[in-house]
Amino acid sequence: MAERAGPVTPRVALMGGLAAGAILLLVLGSISAVALRAEAWNGLKPSDWAALRFTLLQAVLSAAISVGLAIPVARALARRRFRGRGALITLLGAPFILPVIVAVFGLLAVFGRSGMASQILGWLGLPPLSIFGLHGVVLAHVFFNLPLAVRLILQGWMAVPAERFRLAASLNFSGRDIARHIEWPVLREVVPGALMTVFLICTTSFAVALTLGGGPRATTIELAIYQAFRFDFDLSRAALLALLQVAVSGTAALIALRVAQPAEQGGGLDRIAARWDASTPTARTLDAVFLSLVALFLLAPLLSIVIRGLPGILGLPAPVFAAAGRSVLVALTSTALTLALALPLAVLAHRLRGRGGKAIEGLGYLTIAASPLVIGTGLFIVIFPFANPVALALPVTALVNAAMALPFALRVLAPALAGVEDSYGRLADSLRLTGIARLRLLWLPRLRRPLGFAAGLAAALSMGDLGVVALFADPEGATLPLVLYRLMAAYRTGDAAAAALLLLMLSLAAFWVFDRGGRMDADT
Amino acid sequence: MRYLILAAGLLAATPALAQDKPTLTVMTYDSFVSDWGPGPVVEAKFEETCGCDLKFVGSGDGAALLARVRLEGARSDADVVLGLDTNLTAAAAETGLFAPHSAAVDGLSLPVAWDDPLFLPFDWGYFAFVHDTTKLATPPADFRALGASDVSIIIQDPRSSTPGLGLLMWVKAAYGDEAEAVWAGLADNIVTVTKGWSEAYGLFLEGEADMVLSYTTSPAYHRIAEEDDTKAAAEFVEGHYLQIEVAGKLASSDQPELADAFLAFMLSEGFQGAIATTNWMYPAVIPAAGLPEGFGAPRVGKSLHVAPVDAPTVRDVALDEWLSALGQ
Repeated sequence: MAERAGPVTPRVALMGGLAAGAILLLVLGSISAVALRAEAWNGLKPSDWAALRFTLLQAVLSAAISVGLAIPVARALARRRFRGRGALITLLGAPFILPVIVAVFGLLAVFGRSGMASQILGWLGLPPLSIFGLHGVVLAHVFFNLPLAVRLILQGWMAVPAERFRLAASLNFSGRDIARHIEWPVLREVVPGALMTVFLICTTSFAVALTLGGGPRATTIELAIYQAFRFDFDLSRAALLALLQVAVSGTAALIALRVAQPAEQGGGLDRIAARWDASTPTARTLDAVFLSLVALFLLAPLLSIVIRGLPGILGLPAPVFAAAGRSVLVALTSTALTLALALPLAVLAHRLRGRGGKAIEGLGYLTIAASPLVIGTGLFIVIFPFANPVALALPVTALVNAAMALPFALRVLAPALAGVEDSYGRLADSLRLTGIARLRLLWLPRLRRPLGFAAGLAAALSMGDLGVVALFADPEGATLPLVLYRLMAAYRTGDAAAAALLLLMLSLAAFWVFDRGGRMDADT
Repeated sequence: MRYLILAAGLLAATPALAQDKPTLTVMTYDSFVSDWGPGPVVEAKFEETCGCDLKFVGSGDGAALLARVRLEGARSDADVVLGLDTNLTAAAAETGLFAPHSAAVDGLSLPVAWDDPLFLPFDWGYFAFVHDTTKLATPPADFRALGASDVSIIIQDPRSSTPGLGLLMWVKAAYGDEAEAVWAGLADNIVTVTKGWSEAYGLFLEGEADMVLSYTTSPAYHRIAEEDDTKAAAEFVEGHYLQIEVAGKLASSDQPELADAFLAFMLSEGFQGAIATTNWMYPAVIPAAGLPEGFGAPRVGKSLHVAPVDAPTVRDVALDEWLSALGQ
């Protein structure tokens, strides 16, 4: 394909370099801060290697199943138009942005011992399901990540110009021809990234793996870090484990970036893609089955969260609403920070191309794999001599949340930006569109959809994430997820369920507002 | 960018109003400072008399609290650390960061004698397995019977949770060298192991298991706050493990007198009266009015306790046994 990229101007280098430096500093700096504060140096224990094995096993399984299921679902969503499609796409985003504990309880309401599925089995005279064990961990991770994988793949599919399908139809392409000439290149481009993203998310899983894993066999690296930090107060081991986690993720990111091949789709006129090839009865049935099953799998637990939370939501105590306000503020700040980091990184990665570009892009993924506990502790150690970390709890939480959301934003923005540059870059160059003008006239309008999606993800993730605020907490500065935990710790299950629903609604609303904003003029 | 900085500034702005009153900073675990914990009551009562501003800082749970104290070291702004338990006091004393207290300990109503020079108890409780009497009428009478039965339990991970560690110490104190065999017997009863108490108790209330590791005082919450009589703590004949929660003064405190005053206040009516129905533990000094109705005295045949000095070694041995019995 035509390898073309604009020059790496000083401005691009500076902005991208600053963003990359900030990420490196945050991830490696916090690990170093923890390591330097260690009182003695100890190696890893045999149990740490067992933790590494379990971490990799469940992450590989979760990634493969999530993405494997996401492909047919994304295809069905890409080629069907039906009532409620937009709503379904938005709701599909919900599991991913739910706080872990809320999602686990939603899953239990369906798949638990007294859940709906077990009750139906009971009527048939069958024993109840057991959700605890490796399969439970994978089930939960698929619940969390299938929707994200669907969205990432769908994004690639929607980037195919309608003209390509027109041409295919006029050439009388069969379903197989379309798969080979149009869909395969798309998948080749987006699937490795989706696989890697889900894999990375699952490597830092801790509460899900432990809660549903059924015992200490389900120990992940993150739990080992937790143990090193608070059980043994062995900061050197915590830092080593954090490095191990970064190394695993770095390797995964490099492999995925190497395998991914950019698809050359060419430009188009943004027409609605009509899919003459997908009108066969088999294709219709298949798509309907996949869509209904996934909708059922993802929406039933959400529905149970709504049902449990609804009775108490109006009677929630005032501090919960105050915390919700703080969460919204943190989410907005962290969304702005995420975009401010992601766009320069994506531009720099695209301009550098080749190895340099991949390295920059890979760097952006580091934060997924960084242990929140180590980042939080590292920041605490760094801030403590200069300022009161408690007073900075919310800004620091916003910053860390932004870093955690960055990989997702980058995953969405980088391919989209590359696509825009490939199609319109020459024209923009010939018009001497650079700097702000290029941002305003080319990138922002052409990247509206991915930017909106990325911002929605960042806002919702930040809203739902407990984040580092738990390490720094101050009685008056709690965010909504922290208050949710406090309600649970105070036996107030009913209020906690209502707070969970409030959190779900806020996260979804944040996601919807940004995502919808990005899709305002679009056909979806 | 300017707006970001502005937003960050607004977020960071805490009520740092100029005041003549001295500030006493108490670092404690998160559920203590929550709106539903003892924090707000304690703060109001102490500020009535101290002529000071009492400020709480929350941090995870007891073990996270100790890690935080170690991280901050002698530069800590905190004056008092509240919420460690007797499994942690030896490690805490070893840091050399705590100063002796000056309070009288003769009025304490603990099941054990108290002579720790650094730490003062503020509440205590027994770990127990809680069950729903409508679903499990006759719970097992001890760990062996539990292991032999098909009663399902949910416990917490000792590496990330205080009650989880308490259970480890409980089995070790009751069974000594046979602890690993007892754990092997329990392996197939354990539905899952959670990160913390909240997850485990939540799973139990959702009906995922017959029993959950909690406290003998948990049923009191359901009786008093929810008028629900169906939850009970099973009495085990080998005894129950005692958790005593303590507070201590940091040697680096710049308000040592105020810190002493707070520790003395901690054992007075104003503080102790709030404990039962906010922290759901037994107060270290029984208030004049007695325990609230529905709270009841602990029904525990035998009190098990590992001396604080032995706790770190016992803990490490017990964790290895636990991990090998549960198959890691």
